[in-house]
Amino acid sequence: MHESKLQIDDLHKAFPGPLPVLDGVAFDVAPGEFVSVIGPSGCGKSTLFNVIAGLERPDAGRVVVDGEDATGRVDPFAYMPQRDLLFPWRTVLDNTTLGLEVSGMSRRAARKRAKALFAPFGLAGFEAARPHELSGGMRQRAALLRTVVQDRAVLLLDEPFGALDSLTRTDMQTWLEGVRARFGWTVLLITHDIREAVFLSDRVVVLGPRPTGVRREVVVDLPRPRDVDLITSVRFAELEAELLEALRGSAGTVV
Amino acid sequence: MPERETRRDGTGDSRVWGRVLPPLVLVAAGLAVWQWYVTWADVRPQVLPSPLRVLEQGWAYREQIWANTVPTLQVTAVGFAVSLALGWALAVAVDFSPWLRRALTPLLVASQTLPIIAIAPLLIIWFGFGLLPKVVVIALVTFFPIAVGLIEGFAATERQATDLLRSMGASRWEQFRYVRLPGALPRFFTALRIGITYAVTGAIFAEYVGATAGLGIFMSVQKNSFRTDLVLAAVLVTALLSVGLFLLTYAVERLVIPWDRAVRGHA
Repeated sequence: MHESKLQIDDLHKAFPGPLPVLDGVAFDVAPGEFVSVIGPSGCGKSTLFNVIAGLERPDAGRVVVDGEDATGRVDPFAYMPQRDLLFPWRTVLDNTTLGLEVSGMSRRAARKRAKALFAPFGLAGFEAARPHELSGGMRQRAALLRTVVQDRAVLLLDEPFGALDSLTRTDMQTWLEGVRARFGWTVLLITHDIREAVFLSDRVVVLGPRPTGVRREVVVDLPRPRDVDLITSVRFAELEAELLEALRGSAGTVV
Repeated sequence: MPERETRRDGTGDSRVWGRVLPPLVLVAAGLAVWQWYVTWADVRPQVLPSPLRVLEQGWAYREQIWANTVPTLQVTAVGFAVSLALGWALAVAVDFSPWLRRALTPLLVASQTLPIIAIAPLLIIWFGFGLLPKVVVIALVTFFPIAVGLIEGFAATERQATDLLRSMGASRWEQFRYVRLPGALPRFFTALRIGITYAVTGAIFAEYVGATAGLGIFMSVQKNSFRTDLVLAAVLVTALLSVGLFLLTYAVERLVIPWDRAVRGHA
């Protein structure tokens, strides 16, 4: 039981409407593991994330972190929403310290801690810049820095690279693969990009259509560290095909 | 043609001139026509004085006009300050309490349906010729755009931004302080500009109904003695005051939210 960092235990959630959203979602994430969640669009991935992040209460089921019930709690998770949401009234540095300031850390200590991450995040020299002065990729890295600097148990990334062009996205993915190895984060990533899921993950959880549950878990047995060349390998293609099939199968049942 | 050139070299001064010059040219042309018509048709100054006469007589009576401008400015400042305090208090209260939002929104709208022209004389009856009725009139005509601008500005905060703050463990107050408040400031300044243009005219109107001093009562008295030229001179001062206050909001905006210009310039 204590082997897993995060346990998603039989989550149920319904909103007023025809179909419940979450119908017994359950899976585990090990410490330092990178797990991606993919599913057909509209299946309830975002609801699942909101429930895990403690932003919404499940109707039934539990979220367990390090063996303790964390249902409805926000503090074990650092959450990165789809849009970077860097606020124009703050400098890049002060955007990245926002979570620390909210948690009561002094501005000075927060800045010191965030500053130390600017170099590994490729943002050195942009501390005093305003968000609009950054490129799309830099904005995402700043948003990720704001997420990880909070030093929470689990990182929840909700399609963080969805809005980027494909070249920048590939760069970001390879960069993330590098820093993740260095910092040893435990990550749960929502994506609809199968290639992204395979490239970054140790394991991919495939959700079915709404009301959603886990349809399949695919272990990505590719060696780390990974680089872009891996995408053209046979095993990579096999994993992509397996996930695509799992997704198609799950989407098919909706008709 | 010259406009295009000023835009190309793009220095601050020439850009300002590019914006200020067209309305000045238009006003000058209008005044010229006015002056010419009055001279040509030999209109009596009691009916329509020439612009030059307005300036001339305005200057001759400058001390009296100034003595009446100061109280108007004071009334405007106090009234608008009350209006700002009221607008902010209401908007913040509404933002924190859904119940208050439901309770106050119809009342806010109803306050704007009051015919001020009928209410103002009553205010004089109730509160006398002092500061209070004028402050009430100014607040009544200016707090609405301010309150609504703020309420909408707070409410326009993105759901995802709220979620992000909540995920950081932010209380409702911290969400307000870190995101809702700064995010609403650009709208606030737009609302402030709308409000402040009404403020001086509101003061004039309140004084017109009854006051011991002020541009409003000055106009009323001069009108009754057929000094149309002095009425228009006071109108001119009123307009200059409004424009001055309007421009002042831009200066304050630049100081308070310098980031907004940068963002807009970029987008």
